[in-house]
Amino acid sequence: MAILADKNTRVIIQGITGGQGTFHSQAMLNFGTKIVAGVTPGKGGQEVNGIPVFDTVMEAKEAHDATAAVIFVPAPFAGDAALEAIAAQLNPVVVITEHVPVRDEIRVIHTAKRQGITVIGPNTPGVITPGAKQKLGIMPGHVFADGPVGLMSRSGTLTYEIAAGMTYAGIGMTTAIGLGGDPCVGLTPIEAVKLFEKDNDTKALVLVGEIGGDAEERAAAYIKENYDRPVVGFIAGRTAPPGKRMGHAGAIISGSTGTAQAKIKALNDAGIPVAEKPSDVARLLQEVL
Amino acid sequence: MKLLEHEAKDIFRAFNMPTPPGGVAETPEEAMSIAAKVGKPVVVKAQVLSGKRGKAGGVKFADTPEQAKEVAKHILGLKINDLPVEAVLVEEKLDIQQEIYAGITIDRNERKYVVIGSGAGGMSIEELAEESPEKIVKMYVDPSIGFLPYNAREMATKMGFRGKQINKLASFFLKLWNVVEANDVELTEINPLILTKDGRFLAADARLNVDDNALFRHKQMMESLKRDPVEQNEREKLATENDMAYVELDGNIACICNGAGLTMATLDAVSLYGGNASTFLDLGGGADAERVEKGIEVALMYPKVKAILINIMGGITRCDEVAKGILAARDDGDITVPMVVRMVGTNEEEGQEILNKAGIPFLKTMEEAASKVVNLAKEVK
Repeated sequence: MAILADKNTRVIIQGITGGQGTFHSQAMLNFGTKIVAGVTPGKGGQEVNGIPVFDTVMEAKEAHDATAAVIFVPAPFAGDAALEAIAAQLNPVVVITEHVPVRDEIRVIHTAKRQGITVIGPNTPGVITPGAKQKLGIMPGHVFADGPVGLMSRSGTLTYEIAAGMTYAGIGMTTAIGLGGDPCVGLTPIEAVKLFEKDNDTKALVLVGEIGGDAEERAAAYIKENYDRPVVGFIAGRTAPPGKRMGHAGAIISGSTGTAQAKIKALNDAGIPVAEKPSDVARLLQEVL
Repeated sequence: MKLLEHEAKDIFRAFNMPTPPGGVAETPEEAMSIAAKVGKPVVVKAQVLSGKRGKAGGVKFADTPEQAKEVAKHILGLKINDLPVEAVLVEEKLDIQQEIYAGITIDRNERKYVVIGSGAGGMSIEELAEESPEKIVKMYVDPSIGFLPYNAREMATKMGFRGKQINKLASFFLKLWNVVEANDVELTEINPLILTKDGRFLAADARLNVDDNALFRHKQMMESLKRDPVEQNEREKLATENDMAYVELDGNIACICNGAGLTMATLDAVSLYGGNASTFLDLGGGADAERVEKGIEVALMYPKVKAILINIMGGITRCDEVAKGILAARDDGDITVPMVVRMVGTNEEEGQEILNKAGIPFLKTMEEAASKVVNLAKEVK
């Protein structure tokens, strides 16, 4: 078992004819991802990496019984692309695109919510279920091994760093999710915990957070009350100064909110050990598993 | 993008939101003539992108045009938070009945716009939330239907207003919502919104931040501003032009990495081993040799830098490209301080071979790399 992507997931790539879409659809195929179709309006009938391209998501879905979407469409059009995927009832909808206007994000997120569809991102490396050889995103597949831990993170390369450390230590993952680096994302840490809670194969969780907002604090409070399997945390940005946007749009300490110290304290208060360095995550997991 | 007060008020007026009569002045003489036109006591306010202007001496009252000239001369000579004051806003000093807070921002948890109001304006909303949270009224906006007239009337009544004032204040909130919707605003605050003794509501202050990611939809607004979206030094400009995220800090170790989370974690690791970072430089995804070389160049322009740490976790970024970039920077003689390289991931072996041949050492873990660069930085005088 896993969450969000399993062996039955059939993927559509929106924006497949663009540079990113072409490159990463091939990388996904190499990993084993079941990509059944691509979509680029106006380019229906073409093929990219042997994948048939359609003009609309609905056509692609109906022709190939697709279940999920991965979006590489440029930011000005990414919101519309996500709404099209939601209208076609694809689930999950993974929005890789960075720099999507927040007003568009809000519309996408709430349209999906009303229909019970999970949006991941924007500004995410995607979702990977190593055991099913399904990678819906841009992460390097080889650093993720199959195993009993659910991994969720607001970051990309930091997730790879931690996943590589876990894999090296012989600890694999049911599913790893990049939640996205924007202030508003489709799947929040607390919602991800709730998804992992329903998966019996996930025996422990890793929560990788960073400065900005209070999503980690909220997830910690939820875990304390409701989640009884072990959780290990890591928080990036202990040394980040207030008021500076540290790369991610969401990674900013505003006033006294969003500090790493507050997040670490909230996690510790919920009985969650927090690693000092990325490599300590695997060690802490070995202690709790 | 943050707008200056007078820029925000131009937008407010375009949406029929009343602001006090007045104008922008770049010289003391202009300030005097605006004050004369207003014909009443005025307030003179520094136009800089910084909060706490009042505490920094950037807001002063003047009873006569001559006084306005003197006050403007003083304020135009100030630097507030290192920003020189290039213009002042001269406006009528209002006859205040009540100071009100009105704002709209985005709630990250609800992922909705939230309209915020209080009958106790004047102080900052953070201070107000500490002192009397019960005086703050919040209303989340349903993304599918927007902020409606009845929502606005409910805000006004919950804020303690009665009679005709309910509709007047509600109309103000609705116009503010229109400003937000039409301009992709991520944060706006009017503090204070003034209720005058003769029963009018006016925006005495204005804060307006537009979503940087949505600026492509607002070309007209950008043109009318006649300035760059943000004030940046030459290093920040160069980084932005090359699509890198760059933040200057107080330490002396430049951290050049790929990905925001990894860069933050690298800064933290440097601190854990007793060092201090000078630079957060995120090369972004898929950096090629040229971009890596550019990143090193930008980092070294900052005079505080005494050592460089390059930490790459290759995903879409390929280690061979990174190695080529490092090599090019070294061969150009750009690298003038000690450098530590750590890279793993995609095309790791090819990258390592390039560095080996060039005699550039590299490390495999970020802990080793962070500890080593801290020691090297200590040796540099």
